[in-house]
Amino acid sequence: MGLVKTMSSLDRRIIFLVVALAVIIPLLLPIGLPIKPTAPVKAFYDSTELIPEGSYVLISFDYDPATMPELQPMAISLLYHCFSKKLKVVMMALWPQGPQMADLAMEVVNQQLQAEGKPLPEYGKDYVNLGYKSGGGLVIIGLATNFGAIFPLDTNGIRISELPLMDKVKSAHDLQAVFSLSAGDPGIPAWVMVSRMAGYPTPPQPGETDITGKMLILGGATAVSAPQFYPYLNTNQMQGLLGGMRGAADYETLLALPGTASEGMDPQSIAHLVIVIFIIMANIFFFLEKRQEERKAT
Amino acid sequence: MEIANIPFWDFFGVWVAALLTLFIFSFLYKDNPFYKFAEHLFVGISAGYFVGYYYYNVLLPNFWEPFYYQGRYEYLIAVILGITILFRLSRKQAWVSRFGFAFVIGCGAGINFIAYLQSNALAQIYGTITPLVSLVSGEGGILVDWKNTVFNLVAIIGVCSALTYFYFSKPHKGFLGGVARLGIWFLMISFGASFGYTVMARISLLIGRMHFLIFDWIETTINVINGNIAIGSTF
Repeated sequence: MGLVKTMSSLDRRIIFLVVALAVIIPLLLPIGLPIKPTAPVKAFYDSTELIPEGSYVLISFDYDPATMPELQPMAISLLYHCFSKKLKVVMMALWPQGPQMADLAMEVVNQQLQAEGKPLPEYGKDYVNLGYKSGGGLVIIGLATNFGAIFPLDTNGIRISELPLMDKVKSAHDLQAVFSLSAGDPGIPAWVMVSRMAGYPTPPQPGETDITGKMLILGGATAVSAPQFYPYLNTNQMQGLLGGMRGAADYETLLALPGTASEGMDPQSIAHLVIVIFIIMANIFFFLEKRQEERKAT
Repeated sequence: MEIANIPFWDFFGVWVAALLTLFIFSFLYKDNPFYKFAEHLFVGISAGYFVGYYYYNVLLPNFWEPFYYQGRYEYLIAVILGITILFRLSRKQAWVSRFGFAFVIGCGAGINFIAYLQSNALAQIYGTITPLVSLVSGEGGILVDWKNTVFNLVAIIGVCSALTYFYFSKPHKGFLGGVARLGIWFLMISFGASFGYTVMARISLLIGRMHFLIFDWIETTINVINGNIAIGSTF
């Protein structure tokens, strides 16, 4: 009787404390739960592997520090993957703080490549950061025909005509893939919908391995927004998707590059387990309390 | 052994960020002055930061440079339309803002109408037209791909029943009512999946903050106290 009443009116602060402990303890004492990559992440990885060496790709950093725990590990892994495959990377942003996110990710990637004894990518030759441009969909339309009109300067104030990499990238037709790391709008929906309308090269059909003349559209999204992108995956409007920290951890696993997302999987699993237990307990005590009230009434 | 070095301002920044994080978390216990301070600080700094950011990264490169240095006077039209939106702040002159809003809404609707129709309607209808029985060619000839067949059936039944739920021209009774009820089940499952993803996202953000507090703040501070990390003399 007493237990039912106590549990039914449990102070929410106790629940906050238990959830906090469920996150802190596995961070300090990792269990090492296995990470099995999901199909959309495998599709993302496999599609990126199809891009020929030396191709030009665009990464749009459409997020800000609020979603860094989910999207920054994706950015680091993606840049590492691109430079390992010797791809030329054009970075830009549809969100104001995107260029800073790109710079932070590059710092980590450079440290990783240096630790592995690999050559560091050279600015202007192997990658460029064009910065932020307001306008969302209109920017994407503009890039279909002329990069220089939309981004006359890079983030350092250098004219893009002075950057050797940009000699080869005049419009979206020179790109082999567009990656959008997106925390909302403008982001993946804009890239998928507007690029299709603006006449970007069409994506390859599923199973196609020669992607010459085609353009991949791949995305990384926060877990909140990931479910709305599955219809794009199922209709081949996107060829791969990283969803939330779990997607980032899957990608790190496929690249054999454990990072903060992989570290976060133990606390994530334990916290989910705790929440499930709370939901089950809440339902049990709700029905028990209801039955007690019915008994009292009769 | 070489001692790692952390610049003073980086270390100071970590402490400020950690304390502000704790101030915000303190709201989980109850509303308090520390939370209020952090909240107001965040709102004020964000507003100031974005005014500066937009001035240097939007107004100057998108308007002033082409207008002043290249003589592109047509850009003035966009600025005037933008200024009309500010008339919204006046009760008497609010009608002027309609010019700016009309332009934004007109352009937005025109661009998005085609984009949404292509990607969210036509492509989705095309994607739903799938064979009821999926076949694959294997060693023993043509075989039924049971996994795909079941997926296709679930997709078709789900789409049809969910659409039936939103058909309001006839009362949901009898067969129509049964199909609509099935549609509700499909909708509930999709809402549940979305909610699950939302919980995952919020826990991810909590993990990010905890990771920062434990490793970037506490561990670094302990290392500084123990002399394993030196605070750089450069400011």
